[in-house]
Order: sequence, then C-alpha cells, then structure tokens
Amino acid sequence: MSLKRLWAIFKARNYEFFRDRSAFGWNFIFPFLLVAGFSLIFGGEGRKEYKVGVFPLSQEEVTLDTEGVPRRFLETRYIEFIAFNDLETASGKLMHHKIDFLLQAGSKPYKYWVSTTSPRGYFVERLFKASLVPESGNRQLDRREVQGREIRYIDWFFPGILAMNMMFSALWGVGYIVVRYRKNGVLKRLKATPLTAFEYLAAQTLSRIFLLMFTLVVVWLGCDLVFSFQVEGSYINLFFVFFMGGLSLTSLGLLIASRGTSEEFTSGILNFITWPMMFLSEVWFSLEGSPQWIKMVARIFPLTHMLSAARKVMNDGSGLVEIAPELLVLAGMIIAFLTLGAALFSWRK
Amino acid sequence: MDMNTKINPRKQPILDVRHLVKKYGQFKAVNDINFSLEEGTCFGLLGPNGAGKTTSMEVMEGIINPTSGEIYYKGKQRDASFKEEIGIQFQQTALLAFLSVIETLKTFRSFYRNSQDLDMLIRKCHLEELLNQPNDKLSGGQRQRLLLAIALINNPQLVFLDEPSTGLDPQARRNLWDLVEDIKEEGITIILTTHYMEEAQALCDEIAIMDQGMIIAAGSPQELIDQHCEGITVTLPGQNAGFPDKGFPLKFSRMNGGIEIYAKDVKVCLRALMDFGVDIHDMTVREPNLEDVFLKLTGKQLRS
Repeated sequence: MSLKRLWAIFKARNYEFFRDRSAFGWNFIFPFLLVAGFSLIFGGEGRKEYKVGVFPLSQEEVTLDTEGVPRRFLETRYIEFIAFNDLETASGKLMHHKIDFLLQAGSKPYKYWVSTTSPRGYFVERLFKASLVPESGNRQLDRREVQGREIRYIDWFFPGILAMNMMFSALWGVGYIVVRYRKNGVLKRLKATPLTAFEYLAAQTLSRIFLLMFTLVVVWLGCDLVFSFQVEGSYINLFFVFFMGGLSLTSLGLLIASRGTSEEFTSGILNFITWPMMFLSEVWFSLEGSPQWIKMVARIFPLTHMLSAARKVMNDGSGLVEIAPELLVLAGMIIAFLTLGAALFSWRK
Repeated sequence: MDMNTKINPRKQPILDVRHLVKKYGQFKAVNDINFSLEEGTCFGLLGPNGAGKTTSMEVMEGIINPTSGEIYYKGKQRDASFKEEIGIQFQQTALLAFLSVIETLKTFRSFYRNSQDLDMLIRKCHLEELLNQPNDKLSGGQRQRLLLAIALINNPQLVFLDEPSTGLDPQARRNLWDLVEDIKEEGITIILTTHYMEEAQALCDEIAIMDQGMIIAAGSPQELIDQHCEGITVTLPGQNAGFPDKGFPLKFSRMNGGIEIYAKDVKVCLRALMDFGVDIHDMTVREPNLEDVFLKLTGKQLRS
C-alpha cells in the first residue's frame, strides 16, 4: 500500500466536498435548521397539543375570562382555544379535523360536538368532562413528581438530528459519488494507474469520516451557541460513538457503491435503506411500545445503535462500559460492510 | 497471407500480442489477433465502429481481462510494474471533480513512483495558461492536451491513445499531432486508434486494419496502399460532353461532380483520353490513400 497515493485521493475528495459550495452549505445548514425548527415547534412551553373551538363569540381570542366556558377547562394546559362566530364555520373545521372539539359557550347543559373517528377528540372530551368534576372528588389520587434533572426535548432530539445528517452524508456522499464516478469513467481512469482498490476505498472512507466528524463538530458548536446542550457523559465518549457510527454508515455506503453504474437505481437503494433507518432508529420518535418485530428490524440498522449509545452518553451520562454492546455491534458492522464492499468492488461498468 | 503476423519486429518487441480473444457471451469482440511492436513504433489500429479497436486496447492496457490469448510486455507477462510504465488516454474520460488543471496533474503524479518534471510536461502540452482553470471548464482541445499530459505524467515507455483527436477542430487536431510527433521523437512507443485516415497516415509507422474483431490487413501505410490499391484515379470535372460513353478502354464512372477514370498509371489514361479527343483541362489525378484501402477492405466508410 502506498500512503502517497492514498493521501492524493483523500485530498482530492476533500477538495471536492469543500468546493461544492451548495452541497457543502447544505451539510451544515440543514441540521441547524431542523434543530431550530423542531425545538421551536415541539420544545417550547407554548406548544399546544389539542385545539378546541368555542362559539358563538364576537371577540377574536378565547381568554381565561371568556364567559360561558368552564374556567377549569380553560386552565387546562396544552389546549389551544379558538373563537368562532357561528356553528356552521366551526363545525366545518371539526369535520375536517382542523379542531378536535367544539363547545357552545354559555349553553346549559353544555353542548359540545366531537368527531367519533378522532382519537384526539376523544381525549379532549375526557378532559372536558374531568374539568367539570370538583377537585374534592379526586381523593383517591396521590400526585408525585419525577425527581432529578429533566431531560429537555432538545437534548433528546439533537443527537438524532446529528446522526441522521451523518447517515445521509455518509450514504449519499460515498454511495452515490462512487457510482457516478464509475458511470462517467473516473474509476476506469484511476484503474489505469497503479492505484489499488484498497487504497482508493481506504481514501474514500478516511475522507468521508474526516468530513463527517468535521461537520459534526461545526454543527454541534453552532447549535450549542443557541441551545446550550446538556451533556451528562464524556464528550470524548460521545465523539467516539459518532466516529464509530459514521464509520459504519460510510462502510455501508461503500458496500452499496461496490457495483453498478445506474445513479437512479443507486438512488432507489439509498432511499430504500435511509427512510426505514430514519424512522425505525428513533431519530424522530421512540419505538417504546411498538411490536417486538419492529424493534428487531430496527436493530439491523447502524443508526439505531449509534443513536442509542449517543443518547445514553448525552442524556444518562453512560460510560464506555455501558455503551460497549452498541460499540461492539457497530464494530462488527464496520468489519462486515468493509470486507463485503471491498470483495465486491468493481472499477468498471 | 496471415495478416495477423505481418508486423514482426527484428528486435525484442516491447509488446507482443498472441491469439488475443475477448468474448461477451457468444459475441467475439476481439477474434484471435496477433502482433508484435518494436520499441519506438507508432502503431495505428483502424477500423469502423464496433470493429473491436477499443476492446483490444483495453485488454492490452489491463483494464479488462482477455477471454484467451497472451500479452507480453518486454518479453514477460504483464505484472504490477506494467501500470508504472504505460500511459493511457481513453476515448471518454471524466476527471475528479472540482480540481484545477495543476491539482489534477499533481494528483495523478502522486500515483506513480517515477514522474516527469511537471514544468516540462506543462510546457510540452501547452498548459501554462490553464493551470488554475477547473478541469471541467476546458475546451475540447485543452481537455485533450490535459488528458495527454496525464498519460505522459509517469514518463511512460508505451502510450495508448484511443481516438485522441475525435471531436477536435482542425487546428486543435494539428496541435495534437505535433504533440504526438514530439512523443515519437522521444522514442516512446505509441498505440493509437483513430477515425481519421490522414491522422493515421501522418503519424503511424505501422497500421493494422480491424473489422469484426479481426485484423484484416497490416503493414506500413505505403505498403498497404501499394498492396491493396494499385493505380490512380483521374477526375474530369463537369459533364464533359466530348467523353465517349461507349468504347472507352478504361474503367470509369459518372459522378455528380464529373467523371472518375481508374487506371494503372497516368500515361495509360492520358493516351486513352487523347485518342478520344477528350478535353483534359482541369483534369485532376489522385494517388490512392488509406481511405481507399480501408473502403476496399471493409466496404465501409471509416467515419460512418
């Protein structure tokens, strides 16, 4: 193996990444926008889960002082009350699930409308009925609160966004590019030189992992300035988890790119892998309570293990021992993907 | 005569191709070709589209494996050092994206143990003004000069040029020929394929004409002409009212632009024309060329 040749390809690939301004910018801006957007939508105190229409009201807003609506119902957190002038407009909104529940202010007994097919409507109806029961009726209840530091939504969500960005960058940045190079003859030109397949693949892997970690650090620092993330565990461990995850995803990219010249087909394969991986690896939501088979399927994805380990370190302060199972699985995947990818790799169409 | 064995060097050949076959399924893209090349030769592979030229080149270059046959470089089977000593210019090549001309040259130079002095190579290929230009923003001629520079970057002893001047304007083509002449003068062996007869005639010492995967004729350009196209072609412009349709002793044909007469030599033709009192003002005489050889042997236009 020649380090000179490996270094030449490593440099050339990095130049390509940094000089492709549009893709370069997107790699940094996309995760930042996602984090900012989702923290705004889901993370703030003002987030309302349910929408209740109230009519007939002449004013534009429903406030705590609005007459004809039970005050305890108005005080319920996570419900947004919306004023309507008449029943016709409001019922149209209910029918189209724009609102979950509709109440006629000042009616005795209270008249309300709810869609029988809406789970959200069902919950609001229960909340409405509960708000009419006096507090003294809840003697059987004994409220306790979770002790210790709360894990903010943004601190749970952020590793997922970083990992997802890494997944797209690794799979598309390696898989798609190598197939394009095979199609347009760049790989054939390289094969005519003394450069070996091992040197080429190693340079691709090293370049991509370098770029992934560079992007990770920049995005982290940029987002941290705005959101001040709380990391319970060690930053070094967290970096190592992302490094192993990035390497496993890059290796998977190389495996996908080992054969073929059709960018359309590769694009299809990449979508076929990335979309289930994104949804089943708990980037967006927890799989807690999902059927066992779905959880089993999720385990075939490197993203699942990377994210599990990253959240353990970031949210729970876990050390290397606690995340060893995830790291071992990732290491196994790296070896398997790289070995298969190198064995199947073809320079030519 | 076995055309495949015609090109035989007197010295140790730099490249020796024996019974080379490349099959795709049942289709034989290359069908038992044989030749040996002496060091410093410029060897041209000519043939219509689909004749098997590029496939033969790629097998010789080591890009694809032959189905059967042997290829010897300097008397030995090709090994890892073969790639260190050859230069290749493919028919169609994309380069690593977002690199300038100088970065592209430096990247390729890093792949080899031995490399040419970069400044000299840049001067030789007239790339001085283009060094900081992105490699995907070059004109056809500039791009071919860069590709040729890449092919020469390791100081090769054997260079493969696959249709190096296709798509170039006449001036750029002439510039490329000058470059190839310079390479020849350095004693580098060249194997080139081309669609242009004048290119083959100007540059090649030896030529092999391929059709349907086989070499159907081989030799120096003049040998091929002498061997396959005797005589001359005399053209009389216009309809030439005095030309006799009957009784003229030589073979002729009426074309749109005039009358073409085929004769063994000029004297015979002139005597016949004067005997019939034909006006020979504006008469032109053309010697046969490689195009005629090619048409005669393959029955196809080279550029079809």
